[in-house]
Amino acid sequence: MAKKRKSEVNVLLGTRKGAFILQSGVRRNVWRIKGPFLRGASVFHMSFDKRDRKTIYAAVNSGHFGPTVQMSRDFGRTWANAEKPPRFPENSGLNVENVWHIEPGRSDEPDVVYAGVDPAALFRSSDGGNSWELNENLNNHPTRSKWMPGAGGLCLHSIVLDPSHLKRMYVGISSVGVFKSEDAGKTWDLKNKNVRADFAPVKYPEFGQCVHKLVMDPKKPCSLYQQNHCGVYRSEDAAESWVEITEGLPSQFGFPLAIHPHDSDRFYVVPEEGDFFRATPNRQFAVYETQNAGRTWARRSKGLPARGSYLGCFREGMATDELDPAGVYVGTRMGHVFYSADEGKTWRLLTQWLPPIHSVSTATIT
Amino acid sequence: MLVRVKIPVALLAYTENKPELRIQARTVDELLRNLDERFPGLSAFIMNENGELRRYVNIFVNEGDIRSGDGLITPLKEGDLVSIVPAVAGG
Repeated sequence: MAKKRKSEVNVLLGTRKGAFILQSGVRRNVWRIKGPFLRGASVFHMSFDKRDRKTIYAAVNSGHFGPTVQMSRDFGRTWANAEKPPRFPENSGLNVENVWHIEPGRSDEPDVVYAGVDPAALFRSSDGGNSWELNENLNNHPTRSKWMPGAGGLCLHSIVLDPSHLKRMYVGISSVGVFKSEDAGKTWDLKNKNVRADFAPVKYPEFGQCVHKLVMDPKKPCSLYQQNHCGVYRSEDAAESWVEITEGLPSQFGFPLAIHPHDSDRFYVVPEEGDFFRATPNRQFAVYETQNAGRTWARRSKGLPARGSYLGCFREGMATDELDPAGVYVGTRMGHVFYSADEGKTWRLLTQWLPPIHSVSTATIT
Repeated sequence: MLVRVKIPVALLAYTENKPELRIQARTVDELLRNLDERFPGLSAFIMNENGELRRYVNIFVNEGDIRSGDGLITPLKEGDLVSIVPAVAGG
């Protein structure tokens, strides 16, 4: 009989020089660091597959050898490379520069995985990540020729699957905005109503907004949130319209957004001063939490570095686990990981001196 | 033509840790296709989807850089040494 895996939390870190896994029991007071895996590769994102409870996908990029997707089914000990990684059709004139995000499919489609890449495109695998097919409909969207890259490139970085509507999905592209599909990716509509683009000639364009991270409330799938270049936004009507909820935050700019695993309307952001000074404001690193969908915000900095710190996070730099009380994890561009085992009230340094941390995600085994 | 192929350290994970392979091919292009048949996915690290050599990857046939010659259609002869070499960067 197979030995049952002990209950544990794994924090998956994608860094500029490989991947790490931080492992702890459910009390989260003693941590073990495993890695680096995929040594030397620039790992933009890692995802744990809750369907089989063992596969980890990694978006693996190399300045020399290009991008690929790798899979581990033994928590990092061995990795398999995609035999046919995400690639545009030959002679398309497009080349995949980086894979930005990996999203396992829904529970009723066990081998389906999605990937977002730069230049902005959505890929789908139906064989567990081994081969990938371009979503031509998004790629040929009538607005495509007018899409503009953000500072990180023209990247599709957010993929959101609605668990209550099996054909509804969303993607976020920087700096194009949010797209929604109601037919499993056959057609795509822009959904950026009331989202500002201060840097554009028109303040509220149909598209051209710079969404930094798009997340859904899993308990209330009509509720979506986005950290944008120009504010934090909430939608309560499945992205048909957005309401700005920046008030109460020290700045409108930031990258990561992590949802609470159990409580609706509760999530976390890490504001940064602005696009020309990408460090946390007031020289103090702080996470901000809302418990009412952004109507009010609470600063959570107890245990985080005091004044005089100039830290920042990439867009995948924060995650929650699934325990109760929930853990919150933040990785910085300077290689620190801070965590809270009490839903943000108090923080501790988990580790530091790692390479710049691109992504933080979790695998909760109970 | 049976040629020898030197694999860079960064790609050894995809060639079962074999630093040198022996492959049949008449041109560099054919060599890369044959390499990919033996190690699926390997050629994607060397060429992009438009069939171009990646910008920071160099291929030498013996001592000649194929970019200075016939590129991917560079012909191979029995016993040639083909080296896949990532560009060196620093700073």
